[in-house]
Amino acid sequence: MREIGADELRQIARGAAILGTGGGGDPYIGRLVAEQAVLEYGPVLAAELHEVPDDAVVAGIGMIGAPTVMIEKLPAGQEAVTAFLTLQREIGRPITHVLPIEVGGMNSLAPFPVAASLGLPVLDADCMGRAFPMVQMVVCTLDGVLAKPLAIADEKGNSIVLDVRDNHWAERLARSATIGMGCTALMSSFPMSGKQARDITIPGTLTLASRLGRLVEQARRDRQDPCAAIASFLGGRVLFTGKVVDVMRATDPGFAKGEAWLEGMAAYDGGNCRLAFQNEHLVASRDGAVVASVPDLICVLDAEGEPVPAERLRYGQRVSVVGAPCHPRWRTPEGLALVGPSAFGYSHDYTPLGA
Amino acid sequence: MHIGIDVGGTNTDAVLVEGRRVLAECKTTTTADVTSGIVEAVDGLRAVRAFDPAAINAVMIGTTHFVNAVVEGRGLAQTAAVRLGLPATKALPPFVDWPQRLRQVIGGHAYLCHGGHEYDGRVISPLNEDELRGVATDIAAKGVRSVAISSVFSLVNGDFERQAAEILTAEVPDLLVSFSHEIGRLGLLERENATIINAALRELAEQIADGLTESLTAQGIHAPLYLSQNDGTLMDLEYARCYPVATFSSGPTNSMRGGAFLSGLDECAVIDIGGTTTDVGMLNNGFPREASSEVVISGVRTNFRMPDVLSVGLGGGSVVRSQPQGVEIGPESVGFRLSQQALVFGGDTLTATDVAVAAGLADIGDRALVKHLDRALVRAVLDHVCERIATQVDRMRTCPAPLPVVLVGGGSVLVPDQVEGISELIRPPHHAFANAIGAAIAQVGGEVDRVFTIDPSRREEVLDSARQEAVDKAVAAGARADSVRIVEVEEIPLAYLPGNASRVRARAVGDLVLDDAPRRARA
Repeated sequence: MREIGADELRQIARGAAILGTGGGGDPYIGRLVAEQAVLEYGPVLAAELHEVPDDAVVAGIGMIGAPTVMIEKLPAGQEAVTAFLTLQREIGRPITHVLPIEVGGMNSLAPFPVAASLGLPVLDADCMGRAFPMVQMVVCTLDGVLAKPLAIADEKGNSIVLDVRDNHWAERLARSATIGMGCTALMSSFPMSGKQARDITIPGTLTLASRLGRLVEQARRDRQDPCAAIASFLGGRVLFTGKVVDVMRATDPGFAKGEAWLEGMAAYDGGNCRLAFQNEHLVASRDGAVVASVPDLICVLDAEGEPVPAERLRYGQRVSVVGAPCHPRWRTPEGLALVGPSAFGYSHDYTPLGA
Repeated sequence: MHIGIDVGGTNTDAVLVEGRRVLAECKTTTTADVTSGIVEAVDGLRAVRAFDPAAINAVMIGTTHFVNAVVEGRGLAQTAAVRLGLPATKALPPFVDWPQRLRQVIGGHAYLCHGGHEYDGRVISPLNEDELRGVATDIAAKGVRSVAISSVFSLVNGDFERQAAEILTAEVPDLLVSFSHEIGRLGLLERENATIINAALRELAEQIADGLTESLTAQGIHAPLYLSQNDGTLMDLEYARCYPVATFSSGPTNSMRGGAFLSGLDECAVIDIGGTTTDVGMLNNGFPREASSEVVISGVRTNFRMPDVLSVGLGGGSVVRSQPQGVEIGPESVGFRLSQQALVFGGDTLTATDVAVAAGLADIGDRALVKHLDRALVRAVLDHVCERIATQVDRMRTCPAPLPVVLVGGGSVLVPDQVEGISELIRPPHHAFANAIGAAIAQVGGEVDRVFTIDPSRREEVLDSARQEAVDKAVAAGARADSVRIVEVEEIPLAYLPGNASRVRARAVGDLVLDDAPRRARA
């Protein structure tokens, strides 16, 4: 196990924003809350999956709701702890490790206030390996780990426990509860054993985010192209570099949905690229052919390596589109059924981003 | 006649204007205290063209004084931040991510209280009057005179901020209050930060307002005084006492507005090249486009409205270096020492101005001193300047249509008349005074910016009432009713939110009523 202090939280936040693939919420608020907790209670211990005993009791923690509300209605600070303790009471056993549900975006740091204040280790792993918009879009769903029970707590002191049939129902019911709570809440769920966590969750993703964050800063200092550095670090590649020439947004309540068109520059001069997004960037097509698709990661970055959120895409921006492979579990038939193109309403077949 | 003055970091520029005509212009050096520099500028104008002070019917001033005060951490008052939102927001109290130094300067007095609304207007918790009276007692005991009040979702409902102010001022009558819903946008921390900065500047704003009034009165000028705002409209001095933060970006804004005015264009890009930097901005409907993201001021994240300006380190004083891989221009600049350090003035530093003189684009200093410069180098520097400028303009575009570009500022001599990638380049007369002229454009505005829950069947109704409210506010600010027009209506659905919550923003602008009436006496 190693210690994660305030400095590393900053790196994780930076990397998590990139792994957010255009969505997942700005990690700024999450980072400040985690920093406050670490300043108050001291650094958090991060455990690698192989360090977790079989009989450990693991539970996931994440924010649910609208990031745009979170930046206005800031957290009280106790929400995650309340959700966690509610879950613990419900399952009747002490939880020994906390697990980030989603490494992409603001959720990467959601477990830290719980880990810091209760003195529990956080698992260096997550359940998505990126950002996805819905509760059921986790590797746990593929292996029968249910969001059951699911505890949600808001900043006003309300908490709810849901007993659900499956993870799709967890999404539906947790979402409506969250709206009632004012669109922001913290949830704790996916209770599992240490063995299950080892077998199912995506290993090393906090460290990955942290190293990614550090890498971007290093590339800038060395005056190297941060986008190329990010692509190579994630085992992917730069798919396109160009200028945004049009952005079309559909009004779909609750989703930042739309498409953006890019005109090529430099090596891609004369080419074009189309990006489709629904909160996250989901499909990239170059000169009419799909070159990367969900569940693979599509990171849109500016020349400094800063991620460009789908909400902020606008005409004239110079961006690079980086594609990176998703966790192999997402590439199986059942993985694709859950988070593949068809899960987002696209008709194209998924072709894994080649090495 | 009226006078426009732009107080920049280095120079204070002044123009005497009648209608659309520039009668006189003058440049003086900025002084440490704003007021004596302004007196010098007015004297300077008089020396160029004598006028009767009684014939001046308005004085408009753009100043960087307030933003500099924050950057330098001087002249700031002890400030209390009162936030309404408990139990929400407790994890991140006011001042949470501020630089230590600035927080110490203004005291960092933070109070978390009950209140706040949800995104849909429900109350998070009611105001607690006793709690607020306790805050008032503490504020009074600490001798704090200025307070910033912020409430969760006050853009949806600002009542709690106003009610809290009533409770506080009932206990501490001379307390200066700044409201977050009048200053920033969605994003509590950033809006609260902007409001705290405003509050910290209130006492300084009082001093400056009084000083300006006195010094102009001493000059025999009794006309009303206005300050330029970030959005390019004017605020009268009484308003400026309450919202000093609204002057923060008036420098670039005035240059852009002045450039558009001088060229007669409403839709254009304006490039302002100074001694050290080049600012590029876009004008829509005659007004600068606004930045959409956070603006960090002296290490503090804020989100008040600023023009979307792209700044690059390229100006007349930029140092030129010849490298094996090509020429490098800036970002280092000799700045105001140009007249000692540039080659054309007998100095030993090769600057962009020297290259412009060698290329015959400008006649500054002694041309003979740059005759020896390598023609290939001169060519390379000019190409580099053109390329950088064309790229910046292209970055600021919002559509591919051809866009006229207006060039202003002293450093604009660096740019030849033809630039590849720019279809039309305009260098208007008086362009070196674009900033002062921008200040002198006598327009005032009114703005509505709120989150509405819009029932689709009543959409037009909601937008119309927002438009009308903006028009009414412009008239109240002193616009001639028949001149008021809507310059912007924006409806942004809030992402990740259910229902039909939208932020609606409407801005109206009209010509200032300029009459011979003396300055209004105010309470």
